[in-house]
Amino acid sequence: ASTPQKFYLTPPQVNSILKANEYSFKVPEFDGKNVSSVLGFDSNQLPANAPIEDRRSAATCLQTRGMLLGVFDGHAGCACSQAVSERLFYYIAVSLLPHETLLEIENAVESGRALLPILQWHKHPNDYFSKEASKLYFNSLRTYWQELIDLNTGESTDIDVKEALINAFKRLDNDISLEAQVGDPNSFLNYLVLRVAFSGATACVAHVDGVDLHVANTGDSRAMLGVQEEDGSWSAVTLSNDHNAQNEREVERLKLEHPKNEAKSVVKQDRLLGLLMPFRAFGDVKFKWSIDLQKRVIESGPDQLNDNEYTKFIPPNYYTPPYLTAEPEVTYHRLRPQDKFLVLATDGLWETMHRQDVVRIVGEYLTGMHHQQPIAVGGYKVTLGQMHGLLTERRAKMSSVFEDQNAATHLIRHAVGNNEFGAVDHERLSKMLSLPEELARMYRDDITIIVVQFNSHVVGAYQNQEQ
Amino acid sequence: SASAAAAPPVALPAQAQVVVCGGGIMGTSVAYHLSKMGWKDVVLLEQGRLAAGSTRFCAGILSTARHLAIEQKMADYSNKLYHQLEQETGIQTGYTRTGSIFLAQTQDRLISLKRINSRLNVVGIPCEIVSPKKVAELHPLLNVHDLVGAMHVPEDAVVSSADVALALASAASQSGVQIYDRTSILHVMVKRGQVTGVETDKGQIQCQYFVNCAGQWAYELGLCSEEPVSIPLHACEHFYLLTRPWETPLPSSTPTVVDADGRIYIRNWQGGILSGGFEKNPKPIFTEGKNQLEIQNLQEDWDHFEPLLSSLLRRMPQLETLEIVKLVNCPETFTPDMRCIMGESPSVRGYFVLVGMNSAGLSFGGGAGKYLAEWMVHGYPSENVWELDLKRFGALQSSRTFLRHRVMEVMPLLYDLKVPRWDFQTGRQLRTSPLYDRLDAQGARWMEKHGFERPKYFVPPDKDLLALEQSKTFYKPDWFEIVESEVKCCKEAVCVIDMSSFTKFEITVHCWAWLKKYMPEDSNLILEDVTWKYTALNLIGPRAVDVLSELSYAPMTPDHFPSLFCKEMSVGYANGIRVMSMTHTGEPGFMLYIPIEYALHVYNEVMSVGQKYGIRNAGYYALRSLRIEKFFAFWGQDLNTLTTPLECGGESRVKLDKGVDFIGRDALLQQRQNGVYKRLTMFILDDHDTDLDLWPWWGEPIYRNGRYVGKTTSSAYGYTLERHVCLGFVHNFSEDTGEEQVVTADFINRGEYEIDIAGHRFQAKAKLYPVPSLLTHKRRKEDVELSDLHGK
Repeated sequence: ASTPQKFYLTPPQVNSILKANEYSFKVPEFDGKNVSSVLGFDSNQLPANAPIEDRRSAATCLQTRGMLLGVFDGHAGCACSQAVSERLFYYIAVSLLPHETLLEIENAVESGRALLPILQWHKHPNDYFSKEASKLYFNSLRTYWQELIDLNTGESTDIDVKEALINAFKRLDNDISLEAQVGDPNSFLNYLVLRVAFSGATACVAHVDGVDLHVANTGDSRAMLGVQEEDGSWSAVTLSNDHNAQNEREVERLKLEHPKNEAKSVVKQDRLLGLLMPFRAFGDVKFKWSIDLQKRVIESGPDQLNDNEYTKFIPPNYYTPPYLTAEPEVTYHRLRPQDKFLVLATDGLWETMHRQDVVRIVGEYLTGMHHQQPIAVGGYKVTLGQMHGLLTERRAKMSSVFEDQNAATHLIRHAVGNNEFGAVDHERLSKMLSLPEELARMYRDDITIIVVQFNSHVVGAYQNQEQ
Repeated sequence: SASAAAAPPVALPAQAQVVVCGGGIMGTSVAYHLSKMGWKDVVLLEQGRLAAGSTRFCAGILSTARHLAIEQKMADYSNKLYHQLEQETGIQTGYTRTGSIFLAQTQDRLISLKRINSRLNVVGIPCEIVSPKKVAELHPLLNVHDLVGAMHVPEDAVVSSADVALALASAASQSGVQIYDRTSILHVMVKRGQVTGVETDKGQIQCQYFVNCAGQWAYELGLCSEEPVSIPLHACEHFYLLTRPWETPLPSSTPTVVDADGRIYIRNWQGGILSGGFEKNPKPIFTEGKNQLEIQNLQEDWDHFEPLLSSLLRRMPQLETLEIVKLVNCPETFTPDMRCIMGESPSVRGYFVLVGMNSAGLSFGGGAGKYLAEWMVHGYPSENVWELDLKRFGALQSSRTFLRHRVMEVMPLLYDLKVPRWDFQTGRQLRTSPLYDRLDAQGARWMEKHGFERPKYFVPPDKDLLALEQSKTFYKPDWFEIVESEVKCCKEAVCVIDMSSFTKFEITVHCWAWLKKYMPEDSNLILEDVTWKYTALNLIGPRAVDVLSELSYAPMTPDHFPSLFCKEMSVGYANGIRVMSMTHTGEPGFMLYIPIEYALHVYNEVMSVGQKYGIRNAGYYALRSLRIEKFFAFWGQDLNTLTTPLECGGESRVKLDKGVDFIGRDALLQQRQNGVYKRLTMFILDDHDTDLDLWPWWGEPIYRNGRYVGKTTSSAYGYTLERHVCLGFVHNFSEDTGEEQVVTADFINRGEYEIDIAGHRFQAKAKLYPVPSLLTHKRRKEDVELSDLHGK
């Protein structure tokens, strides 16, 4: 009998798979100077679903300061995560804008003048925007800022970032819901808004402005801060709470929001109504609309929607909707010089790796890349040969370990390829990456990672300034 | 050690003829030479201690192997000056004649060394090309297995530069120069474009002359004045290593080694070694102009030094066991074009500058100080320092960002192979013609002159672009055929060359200052730099007249539009185009000066009408080939302010006999009477194989009847003559005294000439006038191809 032939991916093939979606952005510096507290970010994603249901976004706010970064984990398709990845940052940016700027933008639209740019996107070529819906999305956004303008009482108050984030999340989810209810004369768009509303997405978004870091989280993606202790070791600080059954406060919240007699059914088998893993999400109108509304929309909707068993299916024990909200939990952290980076990732990463390992791997990767302690001869007796040996060793360490140019890629390599000893095992990596589409989802989830690196010098300078 | 340096603080004099700023080797050398020449009312001010800046940290290597002739002369003079300085002043300078060895790891490097060798020999500096075996004899510690050869310069030396500066200061002080240390200049006072004095932290000094020798602080000091003086330079960190002595200390006569391919230099230092280099990734410093009194020891950066250390250990493996003393970090200043900066400011009279030594301050110090002192005393130096003149720079080199980026390119270049026709990569695309994108899309490859992009040639769509850009060679370049077809098109049809950067631009740099200097003050004449207002298109070729007459209803016949004539006319829809019937090449055609807003329109019209005449784009390489073949000398390259019309065959353009007076007329009349001492001559290489032999560039020695008579100033392949053509000045050095004698046409004509390219002499025919186009290539029937019928 012949031994079954094994097909392994070669290291270059593995690399090309891992690197296909990698993206890096460095905050442009002029002449060695960068006054932003963000040095830049690395991001990457590895699909398990086909097509991938995760999305990611990153953008710089142009009319206010600060940078927005987010990961979005879709379920029941990618329509919702795609829409949120395109739209959410506009809602946040608009919520952050001062009254005068909103007025200026509205006047420009009104008189057909050129608009002030609001966001500068930092996108991988695969991160697409849907052209067809952009008009519809724009109109909803405009209605939002018109309301913001009308709501303004004239007293110019400082905009509260936390409130802005919460409003933006809720408003977008509301718009998604409304658009699906209203429908669109264009049948393609009509089907699109319905797919967006009937699928769902979690979101974990960070807003960094100087030393002010806000994380808004809806669902079970996670934001993790990498802190370097004085002895050089790494520790992880979690900046978001998972909204799922493992979070007792969330379970408690759900039980409180619904009548006592639903206490057993609202969370069942660690799932919302026994169905949904995340306890907060965008879209998922099946968990938000009344049964009447669901039926009405589905009946008047296009045939494709009617044919879909999932959409027609009403969750069991569905008595007091809504059961689901997109309202985020916002945490604030004031950056310190020891806060070196932030990892935003979908649950695909966190379920394979412990947060402490994540932070250690990224930390070692980044310091290896950027700085080693400088060598000084001091008063010691060192020969040229010894010094040469030492220097070559340092250089080798820098180059060989880090074949990845991207921290997120490096993390995925570990997440997928780590053996029981925490080391990347090529054979395992190769097997995991060559799984057929239909099997991949059983071994792993979509993984999306953004690693934001902070500029300790700038953060330190802010600190000194304020002292 | 120097009495001057230890003097207690005293009140500054209220006035002086000259104030020199900077007590490093440059400032002390200027003061020394001024006092030697009889100017004793000189005050030298140093912000810290004497010789405590870059001068103190200098590696102390004096080398005469330089690429420019003027630099060779300065270094040679410095060598001779330092040699006798100890005797003259009684101050020990540590001068030791060690000689130096320049290693070649590649054939190209050896060619580069051979070129320097040829040039050193003709000015009397001993120098020879040696085999690796000889290298091993000269320096037993060297690993020579990877060498293809080397150059040995036996009279190069090492010396303590700080002590040289102190010796110069002491000698100057003895002749009356007053030296004050710990005195900072805060401001240079200027009235009506003339230096009037300086303001220091210890009071004011009135003066007529100010000399900025402030080293890396010169840029900032230049700005501290009512009329800022732009001095483009920037500092980079520079690292070298010091070791403890070898078990048996190296003899003090151990030669200095320069391994440019390994990017390092190595000299003997107190029985051990001193080794530094010019890395590929320099670290610019003080961009914001952080001022400090003396350069404290900056951070050592071993990781940064690692490639150089590896290179050192490869070259001298036995050094492994040698113990480190320290890694010295001393900033060095670099200039945008790798040449030092000297001369008088074009905007402030009496404001002189001597800075920007690109790591060769010790080698240049003596000579540069001497030339600057001569310049101040006589109004001009005894040697032609045109290439080093501050006036070569304009305002656009004064941006800190530009300087920072450019010096990062310049510093590695010090040890890079210097091949013909390389272009700086930084500070590009600053000034562009309105046609830039258009030409770029058509395959233009660009060169840069003072920030202005100009096309070199146009790569046809089917050529491998990448290979063309990266080819570096001393031999026939890859673009040979491309330029050939452009030249051919200029000769037979019509070409258009965007020369927006030209003419007006040349005026701004050197002539500008001159014109301004001699402008009558009360006249109604207005002098304005209009470079940016016009795009210049050069329409070259026999069909240029056809193209232009189709676009304009103005008569174009030679009686209406004779050669060297200027007319304003409309071209296409655009009005007010100034058309001159000249092409700067001796070929028929026109220069079109077009207001920039019409540039694209006129270009499009010219190209579309020109289609049927076979028009195509051409670049400066084609232009150069055409003009050199026709013996058109170029300002800045062949000619400069020290050339008279009589010396370059331009007498017919000068109205000497028409009773017109002009500046320099008397001098010219006298020169006509007495004869000239040098004559620009055209050389046609006879036995040179274009495909196989090294190409001439410029600076090659010219031999007449076996004796050295001068150097070439430019060269190009003449596609019509099918020969290489060099231009250069022929002198007549007396066989007995070496004195310059009159050069007559007869002298030129009755000689057998050779041009020395990297040690190989090629026979050349000398011409005083362009070759009539007798040789013009006759088109044979079988040369005609179908493709000639296509429009281009």
